[in-house]
Order: sequence, then C-alpha cells, then structure tokens
Amino acid sequence: MFTDIPTLQTVSFVASQLFKGAIVTLEITVLAELLVLVLSFVIALMRLSPWRVLRWIATLYVEVLRGISALVLLFYLFFILPLFGISLSPMTTGVIGLGLTFSAYGSEIVRSALINVSQGQRDALRALDFGPATALRRIILPQALPVMLPPLGNQLVELLKTTSLVSLITLTDLTFSGAQLITTLGQQTLIWCLVLVGYFLMAWPLTLLVRRYERHLTAWREAKE
Amino acid sequence: MDFDIAFAWSITPELLSGLWVTVQVVVLGFVLAVVAGLLLAIAQRSPLPLVRAACAGYLSFFRSTPLMVQLYVLFFALPLAGLTLPAFATGVIGLGLYYAAYIAEAFRGAIDDVPAGQWEAARALDFEPATTWRRLILPQAVKPLLPVLGNYLIGMFKETPLLAVITIPELFQAAKQVAGMTYRYNEPYTLMALMFLAISVPTSLLFKYLEHRRHA
Repeated sequence: MFTDIPTLQTVSFVASQLFKGAIVTLEITVLAELLVLVLSFVIALMRLSPWRVLRWIATLYVEVLRGISALVLLFYLFFILPLFGISLSPMTTGVIGLGLTFSAYGSEIVRSALINVSQGQRDALRALDFGPATALRRIILPQALPVMLPPLGNQLVELLKTTSLVSLITLTDLTFSGAQLITTLGQQTLIWCLVLVGYFLMAWPLTLLVRRYERHLTAWREAKE
Repeated sequence: MDFDIAFAWSITPELLSGLWVTVQVVVLGFVLAVVAGLLLAIAQRSPLPLVRAACAGYLSFFRSTPLMVQLYVLFFALPLAGLTLPAFATGVIGLGLYYAAYIAEAFRGAIDDVPAGQWEAARALDFEPATTWRRLILPQAVKPLLPVLGNYLIGMFKETPLLAVITIPELFQAAKQVAGMTYRYNEPYTLMALMFLAISVPTSLLFKYLEHRRHA
C-alpha cells in the first residue's frame, strides 16, 4: 500500500526534514571553509615569515590543533568557553571549531605550495627588486594556486563530512535531522542509510570535480614532458 | 571558573581507563584497516572489471560519507542482519572499514610507484602472481608507505571520540560521563584534551623523525 496518504505524507515529511538538514550542513561547510581559507593563508605566511616569534606561534598553532580532535575542540568551545563568560551560538561554535581544526591542515597545504615555487623565480624576484607583497600577489601566488587547489578541494570534502559532528552540539544539520526523525518514526537503519546517501550526494560531485581539475593539471604537465 | 587540581587528579583514573579502551580500539581498527586496505588495493588491479568497479564503489562511498553516520548504520544494521556484536567490535569494524578506504588509496599509489620493469621481470622469470606480490611488489611498495600509515594511525586516534556515539566507553565517553555526573566541565574536558595531545604529538614527532631519517 505505497499509495496510502499517510505513507506519502511520511515520505514527504522525511524528505523535507532531511533536505532542511542538508541545507544547514552546506551552510556550515561554506562558512567554515571561508574561515579555513583565510586562516590557512595567514598561518602559512606566518610560518614562512622572517620573524622567529611569528614562526613559533604558527607552528604551535598547527601542532596543537592537529593534535586535538575536532570533536574535542567543539566540545571544549561549546561547554568550557561559557564558563569563562564567552557564550557562542551553536552555529558560531561549529564554524569556529571546524574552521580552526581544518585551518591547521590547510595551512600546511598552502605552505608547501608556496615553498614549491621554484628557486629561479625567487632569484628573479630579488634581481628585479620586487616588494614582498607584489612578489606574492603577482608571481608566487599565481604559480602556487593551481598546485594547492586539489588538496584544498579534498580537504573541503573532509570538512563537509566532518560537519556531521556539529549534530552533537545541538545544531540541526543533516545528521541531527536524521536523529530527530528516528526519535519520532523509529526505522533507525533506513533513516541512517538515507542520511549516508545524503552526504554521498553532496560530497561525491565535489570529489569528481577535484579529480577532474587534477587530471586537467597533470595532463598539461605530462604533455609538456 | 577555576581549575580544581585535586578534583582533576581524582577523575584521572577514570579517564585513563577510557584512554586504554581508546588505544585498544585504535590498534585493532588499524590492523583491520591495513589488511582490508591492502586487499582493496590488490583487488583494484584485478583483471575482472566487476571486482575493480566494486572496489571503486567501496572507496568512493566510504570516503564520501561521515564516519559517524557509518557507525550509526553499522550499530543498527548489523543486529538486523543477525549479527549482534558488542559495541566495541562494531567500533573496531567501523573504524577499520572507513580507514581501509583511505589506506587502500595510499597502497594503490605506492604500488603504482613500483617500476613497471619489476612486473616485467617477474613475468619473465615466471613468478606466480602470489609470489610476485609477496616477494617483489609489496616489499618495495610498503617501505615508503610507513610514514603515511603512521599519519593514518594518528588520524584514527583522533576520530575515536566518535565512538562515544555508539556507547563505547572510550576516553571521550568517560570525560562526558564525569562531566554529566559532577556538573564540572572544565577539568574532564581539559584533561581529555591534554591526554589526546600527550599521545598524538609525540607520535606525530616520532613519525616525522622516522621520515626525516629515511630521506637523510
């Protein structure tokens, strides 16, 4: 009796709840990614700076944030900061927590791409007396950007998956919507499978895009060789 | 909000027993992930297209979905399939299957890096496929892979708080329970974060050192 009105209603209810959750998931992903990109560049530049103190701070940042798991950091922000008088909304906590964690990894991607611009280019910059800012903007970055895009893209996929953690700090993302549906409807296995498929549908196109871009990059390189 | 050292000391044994469970899950899950990852990587070079397609499907699905939701599915679906396992075993399986997809990719890259001449030589010398893999290809592929595997081991360690959602009494769960019972959040969570750092930072430095020594 699949055409039953109640069944249809249930199906559309489930679909709309999961869809709403998926939108929240995407929102968090986009906001956190923006934070990740900004912080990654700042930390990478700090690690490459001529001032030792800046390098130390940046190294400490990366090592500590890579050492703590994202969930631990989220819980720390969510439960401990209020005790110090800083109360953040779940959304802000999620975005900041994920942004901090992923920027530690992202800064390594940015840094290695910046370092790998060839020495000849650096020598030429010095010979032509470029200022550091112009050199970065006009010469280094245009060469480093294509190299860092694929790993940053893969990282974005990881970020999208990791946003499921925010369901544990009461944000109504895709995972949380799934959990809510289970409390009203039961059907644990079915609903969790639907949630899995939901994440897959969001992450898979992104993976394909990254892979395609990567092939595009390396094809050019192979052709040159 | 101050940090009560005496209270922190009193809850340390509880957190340490959670940490011990965490370490057990990680080690067992890692063994499963390496074995399954290796099998997946070998199967990806199978002459049968169907096997290759199944592997590719496994890899993309497991890599495109969150571990937490996979754990929920395993936790609820395995009993439906007649397999009632303790939460601990479900956690090991979930962690292992998820990381197998990543480790398989690393293995695949390492295997691709073995020069084609080695395969041709094996064929010219009439080695069996099993012998070729065991004696020629894998020893050459695995060696440069060790630091990569080390990074995945640390990664797994940091994913273990997720196992709390399927009721495994690991470190995170222990901290949450202490916090829930005493209404003190600062000490348990801070201690937990310190314990994570105390394990993952030295391990990461160790692997960095090993990798450095290999290149030197």
